[in-house]
Amino acid sequence: MYVAVKGGEAAIANAHSLLADRRRGDRSVPALRLDQIVEQLALGVDRVMSEGSLYDRELAALAIVQARGDMIEAIFLVRAYRTTLPRFGYTRPIDTGAMLVERRVSATYKDLPGGQLLGPTFDYTHRLLDPELAAGADVAEPLQRESEAHAMPRVSAILAREGLIEPDGEMPGDHVPGDITREPLEFPMARDIRLQALSRGDEGFLLALGYSTQRGYARNHPFVGEIRIGEVELELDVPELPFAVPLGKMRVTECQMVNQFKGSAKAPPQFTRGYGLVFGQSERKAMAMALCDRALRATELGEDVVAAAQDEEFVISHSDNVQATGFVEHLKLPHYVDFQAELDLVRRMRAEYEARENPARAEDKREAAE
Amino acid sequence: MRGQEARDQAERKAAMATLAQSSGDDIVRLWNEAGLPSEAELLRGPETGLVTLRGRIGGGGAPFNVGEATVTRATVRLPSGQVGHCYALGRDKQKAKLAAIADALWQDPARRTEVETRLIAPLRSTLTTAQEKRRAQTAATKVDFFTMVRGED
Repeated sequence: MYVAVKGGEAAIANAHSLLADRRRGDRSVPALRLDQIVEQLALGVDRVMSEGSLYDRELAALAIVQARGDMIEAIFLVRAYRTTLPRFGYTRPIDTGAMLVERRVSATYKDLPGGQLLGPTFDYTHRLLDPELAAGADVAEPLQRESEAHAMPRVSAILAREGLIEPDGEMPGDHVPGDITREPLEFPMARDIRLQALSRGDEGFLLALGYSTQRGYARNHPFVGEIRIGEVELELDVPELPFAVPLGKMRVTECQMVNQFKGSAKAPPQFTRGYGLVFGQSERKAMAMALCDRALRATELGEDVVAAAQDEEFVISHSDNVQATGFVEHLKLPHYVDFQAELDLVRRMRAEYEARENPARAEDKREAAE
Repeated sequence: MRGQEARDQAERKAAMATLAQSSGDDIVRLWNEAGLPSEAELLRGPETGLVTLRGRIGGGGAPFNVGEATVTRATVRLPSGQVGHCYALGRDKQKAKLAAIADALWQDPARRTEVETRLIAPLRSTLTTAQEKRRAQTAATKVDFFTMVRGED
């Protein structure tokens, strides 16, 4: 018989007010403002936007404060908020070639049109903690240099001229881009759907899988063809206007991974590619995404599927940290009835086991009990 | 005539792009300074919703969905009859409403110059200045390679 039990209402309410108190912390310390988080914890905000799959800096900052800095909780909050809004449509595909570039590096070509622009990077810093930052020292204005208005073609376009690299990924002409927010996941899946899942996937999970490919599990000899970060313009087709309406600009990170490929029954020797595109400035994530994208193309390219990073169902089913945390964390919620049932079952099995292994003792026990 | 129409459309789109990229505070400030009329009937919104951003595989290949962004839109009708629209990233309803009114005023030949010179031009100049500064700061981080002289002559 199942008996429904209620309880804990007061405990829950009090726990939530305690949470609010601890979130605020010491009242003699000024409360954080959202603009401080947007400006000074910008990459954390970018991560929440990217994995929350919603581009809105203030909302991501609010989520970070509300979650006390717990990024996955913040991502969860953003995902939940998304479901409350109506959808206006799909933008026209962005043109990353026309990006207002804030950083652009290539590990394959030293001299390329537009050059290597380091931008605001952690690369080449010494990773020494800076006590001056703790003291709140003023920061100097960065230097400026007159910029030649160079076109900055994507590196993939340069390699393509030699014909040694595969083209940008095409889909059959009548293919409508899939949308995992509308249709449930189905395997095997097309590359466009996989990329959507990877773009919102957990950075740590994709980083570990990308790393595993470098260490020999589905090795695919990657080079960073190009990473570029900057703002792109968005446009939306709407019925009320005869032209695509401009929505404003959004910062994205793009990674073109170039992989040596010795050829297979399905494709000649050439460079193949993995692609990463992520909201905000999220270079590590874009690189991990590109490594995973390439590894997941194993079947398409006629490679043997031998490693976790190549297993589409494994990777995509476990890349979403909101789903993952939901299922893992639900284990701490009351399972009293389930556990009672299991306890009963284990007791019975143990009694049967003992009767079988040691009939005499079982008999003694029974007699003693009687 | 067709050429004129296309030019008008391009100019209107450019004005809408400037409004969408500008901050709500800048629009309100310039609006008040210019004394532009804000009387209009709201036909829709301002309301916030989502658009799904699309990228292309490999940068130039088939489209795929990347993720969503908040967008606020508004549609207004002026007492003189023009209907104006705004769609802009973010959740600033006041900005969406004023930008829609600006779009409607822009379509009134008697008002276009005023909207262009008092509102759009200063907004555009603010955006361009910020963009040029950003570009110049990035340019200062450009790597100049040089060759190390080797040998012992």
